Amino acid sequence: MKIHEYQAKSLLRAYNVPVPNGDVADTPEKAREIATSLNKVSIVKAQIHAGGRGKGGGVKIAKTPDDAFNAAKVILGMQLVTHQTGPEGIKVQKVLVEETSNIKKELYLGMVVDRARDKECVVFMASEAGGMDIEEVAKNTPEKIIKCAVPPAVGFSPFEARKLAYGLGLGDKALSAQFANIAKGLYQLFVDKDASLVEINPLVLTAEGNLIAVDAKINFDDDGLFRHPDIKELRDENEEDPLEVIAKNAGVNYIKLDGNIACMVNGAGLAMTTMDLIKMAGGEPANFLDVGGGANPDQIEKAFKILTADPNVKAILVNIFGGILRCDRVANGIIQAAKNIDMKLPMVIRLQGTNVEEGKKLLKESGLKFTVADGLYEAAEKVVALIK
Amino acid sequence: MAILLDKNSRVVVQGITGSEGTFHTRESVKFGTKVVAGVTPGKGGLDVDGIPVYNRVADAVEKQGANVAALYTPAAFSADAIIESIEAGIGLVVCMTEGIPVTDMIKVKQVLKVSGARMIGCNCPGITTPGVGKIGFMPSFIHKKGNVGVISRSGTLTYEAIWQLTNLGIGQTTSIGIGGDPIPGSGFVDLLALYEKDPDTVALVMIGEIGGTAEEEAAEFIKSNLTKPVVSFIAGRTAPPGRRMGHAGAIISGGKGTADEKFKALEAAGVIVEKNPAEIGKRIQEILAKKGKQ
Repeated sequence: MKIHEYQAKSLLRAYNVPVPNGDVADTPEKAREIATSLNKVSIVKAQIHAGGRGKGGGVKIAKTPDDAFNAAKVILGMQLVTHQTGPEGIKVQKVLVEETSNIKKELYLGMVVDRARDKECVVFMASEAGGMDIEEVAKNTPEKIIKCAVPPAVGFSPFEARKLAYGLGLGDKALSAQFANIAKGLYQLFVDKDASLVEINPLVLTAEGNLIAVDAKINFDDDGLFRHPDIKELRDENEEDPLEVIAKNAGVNYIKLDGNIACMVNGAGLAMTTMDLIKMAGGEPANFLDVGGGANPDQIEKAFKILTADPNVKAILVNIFGGILRCDRVANGIIQAAKNIDMKLPMVIRLQGTNVEEGKKLLKESGLKFTVADGLYEAAEKVVALIK
Repeated sequence: MAILLDKNSRVVVQGITGSEGTFHTRESVKFGTKVVAGVTPGKGGLDVDGIPVYNRVADAVEKQGANVAALYTPAAFSADAIIESIEAGIGLVVCMTEGIPVTDMIKVKQVLKVSGARMIGCNCPGITTPGVGKIGFMPSFIHKKGNVGVISRSGTLTYEAIWQLTNLGIGQTTSIGIGGDPIPGSGFVDLLALYEKDPDTVALVMIGEIGGTAEEEAAEFIKSNLTKPVVSFIAGRTAPPGRRMGHAGAIISGGKGTADEKFKALEAAGVIVEKNPAEIGKRIQEILAKKGKQ
């Protein structure tokens, strides 16, 4: 799960990580109020779940509160397009108005989980190449990135903070102590709240000799949210695809893609495979959808509703391997759902597993526009042929 | 597979009194598995079809000689239940549960390392040894006893592959679903080593997904340590980057973990990569025919 910069900074504050003074605004007037209370040159930053906001025109310096008002007026409501959004961009609903800092140096500090075998742990990555795209740095000058794997049994230790600090050129005792507090706070936050990624880019060393997190990005492990209702609350549905929001709220595991052949499958691996098969057969998958082990009529109906709500979709491929789930039950579910929503799109249905012959018979005799397939590749070929 | 699920396996089902636990215990027993106990904290003293239920795993180990644990526990309590089993001396833990936080698995891996116990899962369909038993929810009808090993990160996709083999008259030694999570109890490497040592296994099917480096690690291992042929399929060539494709571990992060990268690494290691999942069974058939083993 992603959150906004202003929400991430709120969390950082709670963990004693210094962030610029500032507040979030959803109107230009509020932006002016904040700038007034800050009484300094401020920066107005679009709040969206994507990077590259500056280049996209979503970040402006405001020398006066009136400048802040004007900047917010332009940015709020804009469709901000960056290299991390799609071409349509994301509509900006909030801005963060903050003090600017006297930047002496820009550093990078991030944390991820290393999932490699025998290495499973939280890892810090730090670099003096702050304020730039870390993936570029990793590609071109990987030696500029210092890594620190945190042994799970011990947690984050002072000597590790020192390794990172010295590697960042923060050898001065006071500075390395400041850094250690920041790293410690971030580690605590990561572990306490089941984060999956933390990125402070840039971590700024100011002319006054202070370290401050000028930008912050925190992603959370979806599987940890059940135990962090405070984090769950931070979800912003406006940042997500509307169909995906509907699907998620209906308990349907759905990801929208750009193609025109929809699919509904039981099992994530088989669902990805079905998308791959559609492409192999010359088509373009419109989505990922895992209907799970409980492909009952209700779930199937919900899934069909979501698939048909995508105006790009011209045909649907249903691919179900029935184990405990019986194919005749699935067939009845499909027939019922299709009737209930008055399904107009052509469908290819491929069933395999328990009671498959009964299932296929039911589909063929339903009177609905179903094409029945047996093999995996055959099913993909048939659905691609349907829309040619 | 003498080391994992074999005739000496005595299974305790954690979460046996839940609807999933009860249903799949019954299917396991029908398949021939020796389920000797169940554990549901607070429900000790009950029984499920005559299988005694205890409050603690240690009781099941002491009273029934349980040595394998099957978990159908809620995500919030699964790490604790896994660690309880390991601490009670269980040598193989199989956890079917989906939704376990990554930081929990980081802890569990530490406990596994120290204890030397093995774990399969989480978020997996389990392990089946035809003719001996099964843990988890792979449908019973797809399996046939034979000489091919199956290791997979997927669920229903695994059943497809096994069913292809069975329909070609090719049976399996043991089929293992390692699960869809980013940090599994056992990865491909751990299990490939066991299959290499197993005299009954002649060839392998390895099914991977996007995300992480498990397949690349397997390729490295296969290069220097595996003499048996492997046919591999990777799901997710059309998955967009940065999105979690159902499985928590199926995510292309920072440009890494794509299906094409994995196909490449495996091919370079001498693995027979098959991009059409409908052909997995046929590739194995060709290998076995060459070896004169079908």
